[in-house]
Amino acid sequence: MVPLSYYLILSGILFACGVTGFLIKRNIITIFMSIELMLNGVNLSFVAFAAQWHALSGQIFVFFVMVVAAAEAAVGLAIIIAVYRTRETLNVDQVNLLKL
Amino acid sequence: MTPHLHLWLIPLLPLAGAAINGFFGRRFSRQAVSTVALLFSGAAFAMALWVAGQFSSLTLPYIETLAPWMRAGSFQVDFAFYFDQLSLVMLMVVTGVGFLIHIYSVGYMWTEGGFYRFFTYLNLFMFFMLTLILASNYLLMFIGWEGVGLASYLLIGFFFLKDSAAAAGKKAFIVNRVGDFGFLIALFLLIKHFGSLNYADLAGSISPLHIETSAGLLTAIGILLMVGAAGKSAQIPLYVWLPDAMEGPTPVSALIHAATMVTAGVYMVSRSHVIFERAPIAMTVVAIIGTLTAFFAATIGITQTDIKKVLAYSTVSQLGYMFIGCGVGAFSAGIFHLMTHAFFKGLLFLAAGSVIHAVGGEQDMRKMGGLRTKIPWTFWTMTAGTFAIAGIPPLAGFFSKDEILWQASRVSMIYWAVGILTAFLTSFYMFRQWFMTFFGEYRGEQHGHGSHSHGSPGHDSHDNHGHGGVHESPAVMLAPLVILAILSVVGGWVGIGNRFENFLAPVFHSTATISADSFDAPSMSAEPKNEEAGKSTELLFTEISVGVGVLGFLLAWQLYYRRPELPAEIALKLNGLYHTVLHKYYVDEIYAAIIVKPLIAISTVVFWKGIDRGMIDATLDGSAEGAREVSDTMRHMQSGNIRSYAGWVAAGAACIIVFMTWMAVGTR
Amino acid sequence: MHLILFLIFGAVCVAGAVNLLLQHHPIDSALSLVVVMGALAAEYLLLGAEFVAAVQVIVYAGAIMVLFVFVIMLLNAGEEARSGGSRIAWVIGVPGMLLGSILMAWVLLKHSGTGQVEVGSLPGSPQDIGWLLFHDFLLPFEVTSILVLIAIMGAVVLASHAQSAEKKEG
Repeated sequence: MVPLSYYLILSGILFACGVTGFLIKRNIITIFMSIELMLNGVNLSFVAFAAQWHALSGQIFVFFVMVVAAAEAAVGLAIIIAVYRTRETLNVDQVNLLKL
Repeated sequence: MTPHLHLWLIPLLPLAGAAINGFFGRRFSRQAVSTVALLFSGAAFAMALWVAGQFSSLTLPYIETLAPWMRAGSFQVDFAFYFDQLSLVMLMVVTGVGFLIHIYSVGYMWTEGGFYRFFTYLNLFMFFMLTLILASNYLLMFIGWEGVGLASYLLIGFFFLKDSAAAAGKKAFIVNRVGDFGFLIALFLLIKHFGSLNYADLAGSISPLHIETSAGLLTAIGILLMVGAAGKSAQIPLYVWLPDAMEGPTPVSALIHAATMVTAGVYMVSRSHVIFERAPIAMTVVAIIGTLTAFFAATIGITQTDIKKVLAYSTVSQLGYMFIGCGVGAFSAGIFHLMTHAFFKGLLFLAAGSVIHAVGGEQDMRKMGGLRTKIPWTFWTMTAGTFAIAGIPPLAGFFSKDEILWQASRVSMIYWAVGILTAFLTSFYMFRQWFMTFFGEYRGEQHGHGSHSHGSPGHDSHDNHGHGGVHESPAVMLAPLVILAILSVVGGWVGIGNRFENFLAPVFHSTATISADSFDAPSMSAEPKNEEAGKSTELLFTEISVGVGVLGFLLAWQLYYRRPELPAEIALKLNGLYHTVLHKYYVDEIYAAIIVKPLIAISTVVFWKGIDRGMIDATLDGSAEGAREVSDTMRHMQSGNIRSYAGWVAAGAACIIVFMTWMAVGTR
Repeated sequence: MHLILFLIFGAVCVAGAVNLLLQHHPIDSALSLVVVMGALAAEYLLLGAEFVAAVQVIVYAGAIMVLFVFVIMLLNAGEEARSGGSRIAWVIGVPGMLLGSILMAWVLLKHSGTGQVEVGSLPGSPQDIGWLLFHDFLLPFEVTSILVLIAIMGAVVLASHAQSAEKKEG
């Protein structure tokens, strides 16, 4: 018997790690992986609530989140490849043509 | 059955003339401009005559409402016109003399630049003056009041390229405004305490009130109204603009500063007789101001050498007489003098203009002389005017001035004494002018062919069209002179046997239900205690006033005809006094030092540099500067750096999460 | 028992996540992420979401992460070079998130009246999931298929455009 809040805290920790990684990492791919981490954290909280309220639609939503994450990963990585071809770098700080 | 008079046409006809000349006059020929101007002012005069014809069938007072103007709670004022005997007198004077001066101006201004502009302003003035006279409430009158001030400013500064003319125009307007301030406060008091500005309503509200023996509301209103009248009618202390106003063309001086605008103050005081009759202190103030001004201006008049300045100070002095009349309760006498003064002073100014025209622009009397034979028509008409103003019977000035002096003597002999002395001075300086201008040897330079430029808009030049020498004015200028001369001779005869006073009696006595218990000395319009003694005293005073008129003539004859070297010797002997009077008692200089210079200094330092630049501009510039700096700072958010964007997003998300959690927790 | 298992797998999750942050080479980060995915799948099983756990392993860890690893290998990106980061991120973002998560944790622990969860309290069998998907959530289900189609086309276009451009230059 685990209190729900434990699951939520875990989910929060994962989410926080994802945001932190998004902020401090320089490699674009690593940043993308941090985004996936964030999504996973959210998925966990969805499933936990679904178990709490005995509502399967929570898990259905997790299913859809995964579909979207997959699509997003595919397109995003394609974009990264395209950017790499032109900028020759994966350092996000150097993708700064909009800089003042 | 009261016919509908269509009074609104009378002011609006000159306005139409002003509009037509104003908008299109630039392209018109001179004939067209003058036709338009004469047509519309003549039409106003014709309408005035028609109204006069209808007069006997009117129930008075006749009020014609055009349209509502303002409704504020219980306060209501309309565009409405008021007509009674007083209005009729003023209307005839303004339209009649105005029309004559329009005719004269055609000839006088023919060679000047800005011809259409002159007649636009002149017609505009007529519109405002007629609005002033015919208004049925103080507010509409104030519109006319301000409007004639504006027209006066425009016309005094007509030769605007001349610095002195522009400055004179400004001075007139500003000094007028000081008076208007008093007028406005009086209006505010009227609105506050009586709730209306209509003559009819006010007459009804104020009539039942008691005479104020000590200073009270009506005294305050009366004195404030007098302040306004002092500004408009050039009384002490606000007369300083009138002599400077001679910078304007002579027809302007005749119309505005002799016959009509300056009389607006007298008219206004007469209209407010209901108030004044119940505030004896205010009446005394009026009479004292009138007396002082009359004497003061007359003393200055005897030293002036410019032909128009003499007439200007004479106007100030004669206006003082009118205020004496009003101040002692003889309002009809004041109005009578107003009417005769319009005739002879208008005549004098127009004749002076004719003289100036004849000698090719010279205005200094010391350079004139001996013009009697050269410009006979001008000479004879000006003679009529001079005799009229000196109070020689049976010309007009005698009747009106005498009436005022008689009424003044019944209130206080001081008024009468000063008035008699002023009459002597008036006669003296007018005949001095007469002798200096028309008699003796011609002291001016002989003019060859015109050396002044023709018709540029900024210069007051009248060359002699290459005739050489002194020449008479054209018929278009002489005809009004003749008409006014005739009026100066016969105009006073309406006062014989109190006919004029009786005519105006319904205006000034209809509301005089003054309660007897607070009836205090000095008495106004009281019956003479002793009819017999009154009549013989009146005759005595009449003889004295004629006597001083003749005395002035004799003195002038002696000093300026028989022994012309005497004035210079006398001036030398009274050196200090003479120079003080010559410089108009340094009043202008005193005003400049006490009022004008400190005002300019304060305005420059405090208002301009301190507030306008330091505060208002600084605020605006500062806020613009601040906005720029804020946006400069905010610009760094748009750094183009992805991670900083991410950082901002995360920060914002954190804030929202904290906020939401706090809200959720806080409600528990 | 449930609690102990939860704590074990939870610790693995957190360790993997922190390791993702600490590693320099992206491939190490990717592998840490795979570990996190696996541990999460176990958590889902503890919650009784069988289908979701299976999908997590198959799709997330098995497909998406593989895609990530392929791209890392394809681009041959090396270790991260040290370059100036964003001040904003370090100053506001990280502390902000820390603050937020600490706050959340505190709140959740304090007001833990949200109830308990039992092991396997809600069996999420494929049959149940399927029923819901094809009855209540049919429209979203079909829409996601279109979404995936678009994603495929987009990825192909983005990657091949670059290739044809490269071919033209070359």
